[in-house]
Amino acid sequence: MAKSPILEIKDLHAKAGDKEILRGINLTIYPGEVHAIMGPNGSGKSTLSQVIAGRDLYEATKGEIIYEGEDLLELDPEERAQKGIFLAFQYPVEIPGVSNLYFLKAALNAIRKQKGEPEVDAMEFFNLVRQKMSIMEMDESLLNRAVNTGFSGGEKKRNEIFQMAVLEPRLALLDETDSGLDIDALKVVSSGVNALRSPDRAILVITHYQRLLNHIVPDFVHVLAEGRIVKSGGKELALALEESGYAGLEEFAEIAR
Amino acid sequence: MPTEVSSIESLANQEYKWGFVTEIESETVPAGLNEDIIRLISKRKNEPEFMLEWRLKAYRHWLTMEEPTWANIHYPPIDYQKVIYYAAPKTKIDRPKSLEEVDPELLRTYEKLGIPLHERELLAGVAVDAVFDSVSVATTFKEKLGELGIIFCSFSEAVQEHPELVRKYLGTVVPSTDNFFAALNSAVFSDGSFCYIPKGVRCPMELSTYFRINAKDTGQFERTLIIADEGASVSYLEGCTAPMRDTNQLHAAVVELVALDNATIKYSTVQNWYPGDKEGKGGIYNFVTKRGKALGVNSKISWTQVETGSAITWKYPGCILMGDNSVGEFYSVALTNNYQQADTGTKMIHVGKNTRRTIVSKGISAGHGQNTYRGAVKILKGATGARNYSQCDSMLLGDKCGAHTFPYLEVKNTSSSIEHEASTSKIGEDQIFYCRQRGIPTEDAVNMIVNGFCKEVFRELPMEFAVEAQKLLGVSLEGSVG
Repeated sequence: MAKSPILEIKDLHAKAGDKEILRGINLTIYPGEVHAIMGPNGSGKSTLSQVIAGRDLYEATKGEIIYEGEDLLELDPEERAQKGIFLAFQYPVEIPGVSNLYFLKAALNAIRKQKGEPEVDAMEFFNLVRQKMSIMEMDESLLNRAVNTGFSGGEKKRNEIFQMAVLEPRLALLDETDSGLDIDALKVVSSGVNALRSPDRAILVITHYQRLLNHIVPDFVHVLAEGRIVKSGGKELALALEESGYAGLEEFAEIAR
Repeated sequence: MPTEVSSIESLANQEYKWGFVTEIESETVPAGLNEDIIRLISKRKNEPEFMLEWRLKAYRHWLTMEEPTWANIHYPPIDYQKVIYYAAPKTKIDRPKSLEEVDPELLRTYEKLGIPLHERELLAGVAVDAVFDSVSVATTFKEKLGELGIIFCSFSEAVQEHPELVRKYLGTVVPSTDNFFAALNSAVFSDGSFCYIPKGVRCPMELSTYFRINAKDTGQFERTLIIADEGASVSYLEGCTAPMRDTNQLHAAVVELVALDNATIKYSTVQNWYPGDKEGKGGIYNFVTKRGKALGVNSKISWTQVETGSAITWKYPGCILMGDNSVGEFYSVALTNNYQQADTGTKMIHVGKNTRRTIVSKGISAGHGQNTYRGAVKILKGATGARNYSQCDSMLLGDKCGAHTFPYLEVKNTSSSIEHEASTSKIGEDQIFYCRQRGIPTEDAVNMIVNGFCKEVFRELPMEFAVEAQKLLGVSLEGSVG
């Protein structure tokens, strides 16, 4: 049975202010797949995830993003989230005075509302949350603390994946989820992500380093340079990059131009 | 390129829901202020001689005073001769003795405001005194409270029925000569609430006053006096609204609290006077003097205020901590949107030993709003072991508004400690985007962030009020994110 893609990006160009950052991205992702995007600093990796999530600091100037057959660029960020797009932030944001639990419940109910489902009641929600917490080896006290406020770097990243576990997105974008994690935390976070791999869900992992991909093994690896995908391959591409570094990529970029 | 920051700025007010006018005939005195007007007001209220003398003394002193200009607020000069100093809904009888005698139009007004005055419909546990323009129209649960010896009535009634208490305490916390607006209030105040909790009684229900300005071109000058005798405790709430009018109206109130030995008074305000329109036209000028005297040992006075209304707010609820070990608290949320201006804070004087004070102030500015925190802490020489903690946080929505902080600290002994913390933050585009990325729409996100910011204050409010205050913040900010 031929599956239809979750995400299709066609010749996407995007700029921040006057600066063009994405210069013609093409990428197709099917359900069940894990794609990794690698590339040097400034190549546009994070921008790509932000444009998919709908941050309006960036403007798509050309091309299109089709999500489950729908023109994504027409939707507000909250509509994209409600339809199943989840971005695990590179720098999760602190919201003082708003409890993690309250925040997550509001998010879950917004998503359920979009689907025409009733709001979760407190008991049901608490049970769901407890179950997901055990996967992330998270301390229950984090639930009643304010969103990301005073969390350590590791706690913040863990909290992102925990939110993902509760919200059960169709498409998850992980933006440098490995940055700032020590090896133990990296293992916990990666196993959390792996537990969320499923035939209905696609994951796009954005990372600077290969080490994350030892834990979250991708089906496809793409190399981004100067706003274009200059090389795609299987998981072995990541290993090759680890050896040669990004230096050799400049010429790919030249050729692609 | 539309950025989220600019959409925060475009957050305009949803219509002010409480802006309707009640069509009711009112009885007013001619505009302007002189001794004859004061005599007229006092006569209408059938006051004893001592009250008239007190008013006249205040008026004569007021004539020698200048309107203060030190606050960080700007408005055209007020012509005090154009203000009407007394307005009362016309009734066939002098003073309604029961709800049955109150004009049904007035009852409907309060119902529309969400404050039913019929006791059977009331929220259990809240007694209400309803003040309409210059007079109190109804006080609920009086009899039930009376059984405990609690006096809860309009100020006018207190002057008639309990002159000895009024005489003993009136002006002992805020003297008639205290400041320009307090002196004006002392000269012309028309009504307000009076409350006395006798020795050892804990008031079993929340007491509240609901103030409504209705008549045009009138000023409202109410005066509230609350006395908690030894070992007594009371929680008191105050709410206010006014119709939408495109001229500014003056409101200059005075509140005095007296707590004797081991007594506790908790005073909460949700101030929602009409703030003016999006261009800054109209709205209430709110010049208020509120002060509590923690007179007895171990007494406690706690102020909580949520200030979302008024074109101008000038208000510094203070405590004078006289008794040893007495405690003062001030929790405040002040929100200014559009062209609102607020200069608010608290004044705290430590006189007794080991007196303690906590101040938590949250200022939120949106649109072109200007929000100033002004706090004075004075620890006198004899106030050994005094402690004072102030925390003062400001949040900005957009880049056309302002937040200002002016703390004044004065310590006259070496065994006291003062802490002052201040912060200013901008509601972040990143915070809003984070919420939206989780599926939460922008307006809900702003509400959530602002409410989180105010949490330390909201948890001090009685529960029904806390819910109300959260909703109110939401409404006041609605449209400020588009």
